[in-house]
Amino acid sequence: MPYRQLVADCIERFGDEAGGLLPLLHAVQEINGHIPAAAIPEIAAGMNLSQAEVQGVISFYHDFRTEPGGRHTVQICRAEACQAVGARTLEASARAALGIGYGDTTGDGAITLEPVYCLGNCACGPSVRIDDKVYARVDDERLERLLAALVSEEHAP
Amino acid sequence: MTARLWVPSDTTAAALGADELASSLAAAIAEQSLPLELMRNGSRGAFWLEPLLELERDGERLAFGPVSEDDLPSLLTALQVDPRAHPLCLGDPTEIPWLAGQSRVSFARAGLGDPLCLEHYQARHGFDGLEHALHLPPEDIVDEITASGLRGRGGAAFPAGIKWRTVLDTVAGQKYIVCNADEGDSGTFADRLLLESDPYQLIEGMVIAGLAVGASRGYIYLRSEYPRAWQVLHTALGKAEAAGFLGDDICGSGRAFHLSLRLGAGAYICGEETALLDSLEGRRGMVRSKPPVPAVAGLFGQPTLVHNVLTLAAATTILAEGAEAYAAQGSGRSRGTLTVQLAGNVRRGGLVEVPFGLSLRQLLEDFGGGTASGRPPRAVQLGGPLGAYLPESEWDTPLDYEALAARGAMLGHGGVVVFDDTVDMAQQARFAMEFCAAESCGKCTPCRIGSVRGMEVIDDLLASDSKERQLALLGDLLDTMEQGSLCAMGGLTPAPVRSALKHYPADFGLPAVEA
Repeated sequence: MPYRQLVADCIERFGDEAGGLLPLLHAVQEINGHIPAAAIPEIAAGMNLSQAEVQGVISFYHDFRTEPGGRHTVQICRAEACQAVGARTLEASARAALGIGYGDTTGDGAITLEPVYCLGNCACGPSVRIDDKVYARVDDERLERLLAALVSEEHAP
Repeated sequence: MTARLWVPSDTTAAALGADELASSLAAAIAEQSLPLELMRNGSRGAFWLEPLLELERDGERLAFGPVSEDDLPSLLTALQVDPRAHPLCLGDPTEIPWLAGQSRVSFARAGLGDPLCLEHYQARHGFDGLEHALHLPPEDIVDEITASGLRGRGGAAFPAGIKWRTVLDTVAGQKYIVCNADEGDSGTFADRLLLESDPYQLIEGMVIAGLAVGASRGYIYLRSEYPRAWQVLHTALGKAEAAGFLGDDICGSGRAFHLSLRLGAGAYICGEETALLDSLEGRRGMVRSKPPVPAVAGLFGQPTLVHNVLTLAAATTILAEGAEAYAAQGSGRSRGTLTVQLAGNVRRGGLVEVPFGLSLRQLLEDFGGGTASGRPPRAVQLGGPLGAYLPESEWDTPLDYEALAARGAMLGHGGVVVFDDTVDMAQQARFAMEFCAAESCGKCTPCRIGSVRGMEVIDDLLASDSKERQLALLGDLLDTMEQGSLCAMGGLTPAPVRSALKHYPADFGLPAVEA
C-alpha cells in the first residue's frame, strides 16, 4: 500500500481517539516498516498537531524510525540481569558477526541490530529478540545459528 | 477420561522452546492417536524448570521438566505406561519444594489453567472480588483497600488507599484508571507473568478500581518489549467485554467501565507515572512536576488512579477475601505478600511470592540455590537499574520496605539480580550512568547532563592516577543528581553508583574504606 493511503487510513482510524498519535505511529510503522519523514506534514494536519510535535514524538521513542530498517530486527538485551550472564560478550559477538553497530542495518538490508533494555526474560538470559520471538540463554554459538537461520530463510527458494 | 497435557506458553517458557514442544506433541498425539488433550497454560514462574510440562489425570497433576525436544519420545511412552518412572518426573508440581515454600496470592492461579479461558478463571475464585464490589458503595470499596494496608507495587510503595480516596473525593466529569504495565526494570518479570498467565485478574482489579473511585474509563499501558503479553491481553479484553465484564453494563449492574490497551514505544522513562500519562496523551514521555498529583489532575487533566499491574490485581484478593485477611499477612508496615523475581546469574531463577520479612540470604540460598555459573556470588542488585548493589554483608536485611530503606536500599518492583565474582563493579557503576543517559526524558538538567558527565567522570576516575580529585567531582555530581532531579530516574541513578563505590572500592582502584 502506498504510504499516503496508509496514513490517510490511520488518521481516519485514530484521528478522533484521545491521545491517538502513538497508536497511529505504531500502525503506520507496523505496516510500512517505518514512518516516512515525508508523511509527517500529513500526520500533523490529520491529528491537528504541529509538525514539530509529531517529529518530537517520533524522535523521543526508541521504537519509531523514519528510515527503512532491515527485513528482520535483532535486539540484544544489554540490561543488568543479562550482563550478569554474559550479555556484554554477546553484544560484541553480535556486532562482529553482522559487521554493524547498534542502529545499523546489514548491507543486504536483511538485519537491523538494536540494543534493548530488558525483555522480561531475566531468569534465563542472555536474551535476544528476533522480530517478535524471544530466545533464552543465548550464547555466541546459539546466536550464530539464529543469525545463520535468518539468512538461509531469506535465500530459500 | 482423556488425560490433559499442559505446555506453558509464557515468554520465558516459549524462549526455552515450549512452542516447538507443543507443535511436536500435537503432531505426535495426532499421529499415534494418543488419549491426550494438549492444553496451553501460562507458567508457574519456576523458570529454571521450564519448559515444565504437566500431565493432568483424574484430578491429579504430575510435572516434568525441563523438557527438551529430545525427551519427547521417551516422555510420551512413559505417559502411557508409568509416568512417575520418567527421569524428568518431578511429582506433584505443588510439592516441588521451590513452589511449596511459597505463599502464592497474586500468583496463585498462574500456570494452572488456560490464561484466556474465562471458565478456568472463574473456577478459581475469578471475579469473586468484583461480585462483592458490585454490592458495595464506592466508599466501602475504598475503605477495604485502605484497611488492607496495600502499597503500590511498582516501586514507590505509596499507600494505595490514599490514592483511591483522593480520586474518589475529587469531583470531575471523567476519571480514569491507568495500569502501569511498563515493567522496564531489568530483573523483573512479575507483571509480564501475571499478564500472560492470569490476565483477567488485572482486568477484574481495574473494574473494581473503576467502581470504587467513579472512573468509567481505563487504560493499560504495556511496554512494546512484551509482544506476547500484548497478544494475551488483547484477546482477554475482547473476551471479558463479550462476557459482560467490561463495557456499558458491567455484569448487569448498569455501571460502565471501558478498558483500552495501549502500547509503549521503548522508553524506560514511561514507567514513571507522569511520563506514562504524557505518553498516553500521545506526546513525548516527559516527566511532569508534582503537584498536582495524578490523583487530582492526571490523564487529560482529570483525576486518575495510576497503579502498577500487581497493585491493581491485589484489589481482587482484597475484595474477595476481605481487607483483614490480606493485612494479616506481612511484617511491619509491609502488608500482603512480597513478590520478588530471582534473576541474572542464579541457578533457580523465577517468580517467588513469599511473606514480607524474609531475608535476602534466605531468598538467595533457599530459592536461588547459588549462581548459575557455580562461582561464588559477589553482588546482588536489588530493585532494578536504580537500585543499590549489595555485597554479602548486607544480605541479612529483611526484605520489607522500611528495613531496606534504613540500609540505603530499596525493594522497588522486587527485582533481584545476582552477579558472580567475575563482575567488574566499576563497569556496573558506569552502566548505571549510561542507562540513565540513554533513557532520561531530558526535562531536567541533573539527569540529562549529569548522566553523561557521570560516564565521563567514572572513566576519568578509572584512568586517573590522582583519584581523589575525580572522586570529589563524582561525589558532587551524585549529590546534584540526587537532590536536583525531577523524578527517580536521575534521583536514584546515584544509588547503584554509590553502593558500588562503597562496597567494591578495589574495582575502582580505590583503597578500602572503613564501613
